[in-house]
Amino acid sequence: MSGRTETLSAAQAELLIQAKGAKTRHPGYWTGVLRRLSRDKMTMVCLSILLLMLLAIVFASVVSPFDPYQTSMIRRLKPPGFAGHPLGTDELGRDMLSRLLYGGRLSWFLGITPVVISLVIGGVLGVIAGFLGGWVNMAIMRTTDVFYAFPSVLLAVAISGALGAGISNAILSMSLVFIPQIIRVAETVTTGVRNLDYVESARASGASSMTIVRVHVLPNVLGPIFVYATSLISVSMILAAGLSFLGLGTKPPQAEWGLMLNTLRTAIYSQPLLAMLPGVCIFMTSICFNIASDGLRSAMDVRS
Amino acid sequence: MIFYLIRRVLYAIPISLAVSLVCFMLVHIAPGDPINAIVPPDAPQAVVEQIKHEYGLDKPLPVQFGLWLYQVSQGDLGRSLATGRSVWSDLRPATANTLRLAVTASLIGFVLGLILGGLAGTFRGTWIDRIATTFAVAGVSIPHYWLGMVMVILFSVTLGALPAMGAGPGGATDWAWDWAHIQYLILPAVTLSVIPMGIITRTVRGVVGEIMNQDFVNTLRGKGMLPRNIFLHVVKNAAPNALSVMGLQLGYLMGGSILVETVFSWPGTGFLLNSAIFQRDIPLLQGTILVLALFFVALNLIVDLVQTALDPRIKRS
Amino acid sequence: MEPLVHVRDLKVRFVSRDSTVHAVNGVDFDLAPRETLCILGESGSGKSVTLRSLMRLNPPRLTKMTGTVRVGGHDLVTTSERSLADIRGSVVSMIFQEPMTALDPVFTIGMQIRETIRRHETISREDAERRALELLELVQIPSAKRRLAAYPHELSGGLRQRAMIAIALSCRPKLLLADEPTTALDATVQIQILLLLRKLQQDMGMGVIFVTHDLGVAAEIADRVAVMYAGRFIEEGPVSALMRDPLHPYAQGLLGATVHGGVRGKRLTTIPGAPPNLAQVPTGCAFAPRCAYVEPACLAAVPAARSPIPGRAARCIRVPDHAVSTAA
Repeated sequence: MSGRTETLSAAQAELLIQAKGAKTRHPGYWTGVLRRLSRDKMTMVCLSILLLMLLAIVFASVVSPFDPYQTSMIRRLKPPGFAGHPLGTDELGRDMLSRLLYGGRLSWFLGITPVVISLVIGGVLGVIAGFLGGWVNMAIMRTTDVFYAFPSVLLAVAISGALGAGISNAILSMSLVFIPQIIRVAETVTTGVRNLDYVESARASGASSMTIVRVHVLPNVLGPIFVYATSLISVSMILAAGLSFLGLGTKPPQAEWGLMLNTLRTAIYSQPLLAMLPGVCIFMTSICFNIASDGLRSAMDVRS
Repeated sequence: MIFYLIRRVLYAIPISLAVSLVCFMLVHIAPGDPINAIVPPDAPQAVVEQIKHEYGLDKPLPVQFGLWLYQVSQGDLGRSLATGRSVWSDLRPATANTLRLAVTASLIGFVLGLILGGLAGTFRGTWIDRIATTFAVAGVSIPHYWLGMVMVILFSVTLGALPAMGAGPGGATDWAWDWAHIQYLILPAVTLSVIPMGIITRTVRGVVGEIMNQDFVNTLRGKGMLPRNIFLHVVKNAAPNALSVMGLQLGYLMGGSILVETVFSWPGTGFLLNSAIFQRDIPLLQGTILVLALFFVALNLIVDLVQTALDPRIKRS
Repeated sequence: MEPLVHVRDLKVRFVSRDSTVHAVNGVDFDLAPRETLCILGESGSGKSVTLRSLMRLNPPRLTKMTGTVRVGGHDLVTTSERSLADIRGSVVSMIFQEPMTALDPVFTIGMQIRETIRRHETISREDAERRALELLELVQIPSAKRRLAAYPHELSGGLRQRAMIAIALSCRPKLLLADEPTTALDATVQIQILLLLRKLQQDMGMGVIFVTHDLGVAAEIADRVAVMYAGRFIEEGPVSALMRDPLHPYAQGLLGATVHGGVRGKRLTTIPGAPPNLAQVPTGCAFAPRCAYVEPACLAAVPAARSPIPGRAARCIRVPDHAVSTAA
């Protein structure tokens, strides 16, 4: 997952072109996006899978056949179907399906929260940097450069490692990884929009900065920034589970896919398929978010 | 252009300093008194005070940073809490091992990515494109630590073809490019290579597709150039971008191999980091991260310089 | 003797999954050696597509091309990709509209000329280099020697277009196709390029087909003019006669809508309405919806080309047909 963000320059360029197409956005723009999105079969399949997973983990307490924390020394590492356990049991005899469902809650939370935090903080800072320019831009962007000087996984591991294990530390460290990336995108897009002719003419006709930001800049930059943020969810899910896998996220006995993958490593000789299950969940979620984000990006592209 | 080069080299200095500052601060964001990062928690109070003074921990932070920076510039990264050895003595062989792993993985990933991305970009919208794109999306979406486990199950547990753990005879320090050692490298390198494979495929597909859509390709066809002649033009146009992404990928793999190294017990920097985290060995953590980050800064610099040299369009002044 | 270019019933469709565009819907014409034909039309009229068909340069996967296209004795519709590549650049070559983007930005001008020569002729690197220098001098690029080593972005737009012309002429083609080669340039540079092209055409004895939407350019360079609308030649004739006295209502409108020498002092007129959507071909005259003289017969069938005097023809039922048309 290291540096899945390096496509940034390409992504940035694409988003910038989209933002520049902003002028051509008529009132029916969003219905057009929805129509194009609904025609994209691959994206719709992925969105449906994500929706199903979301429902399953939200209603985990209803759907789960067992208590995810109920251990049993005699029922350890049993295969799927054993004594009513649809997906078998883990290394402490807990029901696998129930743990995957409850684990999904934490994995999704850990994966999405840092992106949301970064979207808000990075978005605000980036738009400010792009709109104001000058020394404010200098200060914000040079600070961003420092964080860019670390490979993203390393930065997350370093901060998490120094702060110690825990959910809030993991979220904090991952937010620090994603904020600079969102700042860069937001700054690029905002600078691009700011230099468009019609923004120039609004400025020339005496509109206040606040009005220009509200009426001209925000509507055109929020979309591209949001699309970029959705593309980070996939990275974030893998990174979050990775931190837990290293023991830096959640702690046992909590259920979380990355942590489950780690604790089940001992079972790869006796029950290899069982040990793979949490990884399958991470993979599925991550690839669906990835494809859905790509679909959203091309649906929002006015050129297509 | 020469001014750009000089400025770019000079710019690496403040960035390196800032990176060092972040690494320095790691000790101070760690919970508890920073002294706990240097002495074991059960040390007597008098010893603690004495060491505090020795390390300058009773001085203001900026002064401490200056002292630390001076030590680092002398090659002194401090001592490991867990082993008592100097951090550098553990870090040097670990860095070499990680470099071996990252370079091998990058080469596999680059070759596959260039082929898949080139084909996908040339034949956009065909089934070739769809297959290559599927590989690319899978490559960037797969949790590679999990892929590592799958590889172990397939090739070590089931087939018994390749070893699953370690770096072969001699452990962390005695590497050689013979089969006895290389067989240990294969699984982790292949696992790690899916990331650059996916990213290079995506990048090259985008770059090649964009180039093929440019007017000058039409001019080339109009001059009667054959596909192989046009291929040369595409390669030269795509090279600066592709090379810079590949350079950065190598850096990301150096810093991001921690998960794969953990799965395969590969004795590199990631493995070192993992044990540093596990034992709360902050000097070891700090030293390892500093070395990796500075390596990345240097790589970034080289990539920029190479890209500038390769691309006649860039006239940065 | 066979004409240099022989085109009969050329039709070009662009077929994609979502839509089909009928870009060219039956074009017939001949071009004699050393003759200059100008194809005039608005954007979307199919003039560039027609031009590109003369070296089969439309995007191969989307394009469906039917009819007869013969250039210098070669059948361009059925020939293989490989022999097509031998024809392109040596028998027929092309100058493009945008000198900014039509040259490869990462190769020097000299290299881009040399590779063209060496693609079509067996010649040493040194001789190719010498030829390239001669070509740059031929197209009047100052300090040509130094410019051989220059990258496209280091030249001005006018010089770039001259370099483009040098590439196109490097293998002494019999037919030169020019796709609005002056549109992207400044007015003063436009004139220079036009004068250069006319001189080179006379010196080298090439046939030239020139696509433009600029009547002034057409008047400057053409022997004959064809006016294109909705994928058809709706009028064709000698440049002076057609400019003075257009037959087709669309051509009349087009000439009226533009300021040029012939109608100086007359009021500018505009043609009401917009060109047809080429997703479906209209059954009758494509201009009928915008035409002031429309009558029921216009909508019944596509009007055949009628020729009131030898050498001129127009696809309009109001034009009297006296002679056997050359363009039919």
